[in-house]
Amino acid sequence: MQEHGFSSGLKAGASIAIGYFPVALTFGLLAKTTGLSLIEATAMSIFVFAGAAQYISLSLITAGVLPALIVINTFIVNIRHFLMTAALNEKMEPDARWKKALYAFGITDETFTVLATQPGNKIRTSFAAGVIVISYGSWVAFTSLGHLIGASLPAFLQASMSIALYAMFVGLLVPSMKGNRKVLSLALIAALFNSLFFFTGWLSTGWAIMVSTLASAIIIELVSRKGVAA
Amino acid sequence: MGAWFWWMIFGMAVVTYIPRAIPLTFLEGRELPETVQNVLRNIPYAVLGALIFPAVFFIQENIWFGVIGAISAFAIAFTGANVILVVLGTIAILSMYGIWFG
Repeated sequence: MQEHGFSSGLKAGASIAIGYFPVALTFGLLAKTTGLSLIEATAMSIFVFAGAAQYISLSLITAGVLPALIVINTFIVNIRHFLMTAALNEKMEPDARWKKALYAFGITDETFTVLATQPGNKIRTSFAAGVIVISYGSWVAFTSLGHLIGASLPAFLQASMSIALYAMFVGLLVPSMKGNRKVLSLALIAALFNSLFFFTGWLSTGWAIMVSTLASAIIIELVSRKGVAA
Repeated sequence: MGAWFWWMIFGMAVVTYIPRAIPLTFLEGRELPETVQNVLRNIPYAVLGALIFPAVFFIQENIWFGVIGAISAFAIAFTGANVILVVLGTIAILSMYGIWFG
């Protein structure tokens, strides 16, 4: 078998599957208390597959917000994926458009970060498929399970597992950050911008992540180009 | 929920898919200006910074969960452990913290 294919992708996506477990379980439970049936809750995870947007939609449904506004809000929350998939495109092997259109469905914050931080030049489509399949499977299955059992994990486990996705982000960032001031600066500047937006409330989360990421990426590009010229 | 719910899911699915699919399909086989390429190559590391901070501190009402979790994750990752070990190790540390102090 060729290397860095589907099964390597499954392995690389295992952290995401673990991280989605408590989040999806809680989503299923909240969906139930919001009044969604098992099929409705599961369908949302099957067709939308976007954690933050799905959570927000539940609170908006409870608040009696118009469905059309919920759809518009979903778009706003997910606008940041324009930036992520544009960046990911530089990293993916060239492939038929229909295949790219297919795996594009599975790009989330988490699958993006796992794919985009892989060492090496180009990522194979089959590797991306592996990362996405295990993540998506976890998201959908545990949404259903959360609705079915109608309870969350024991409190201590629920609390400790809520760190999982953040620990994964740290685990992806640190190896590239060691001895690389550019990577460190990129992460640090984006973190500072995002914190500023968060604590001042100037931007909502979806926009804040996108604007801080873009600002940091542009600033570092300008600075490093100057460094080369000097 | 009524029929409106299914229309809403359909709408949510479409508007979530658009930002995922357009760049990946439209940019296929296109060479972007070098400056744009460089900025795009910077995105993954900047995104990680923004995804981690400040949200990691607010995973629980008790801010110490986030603080201890973040410190543990960075500490484990700096030893060179792979991602899954960082995730499981951090969960283990927070579970112990939760059992003793939660």
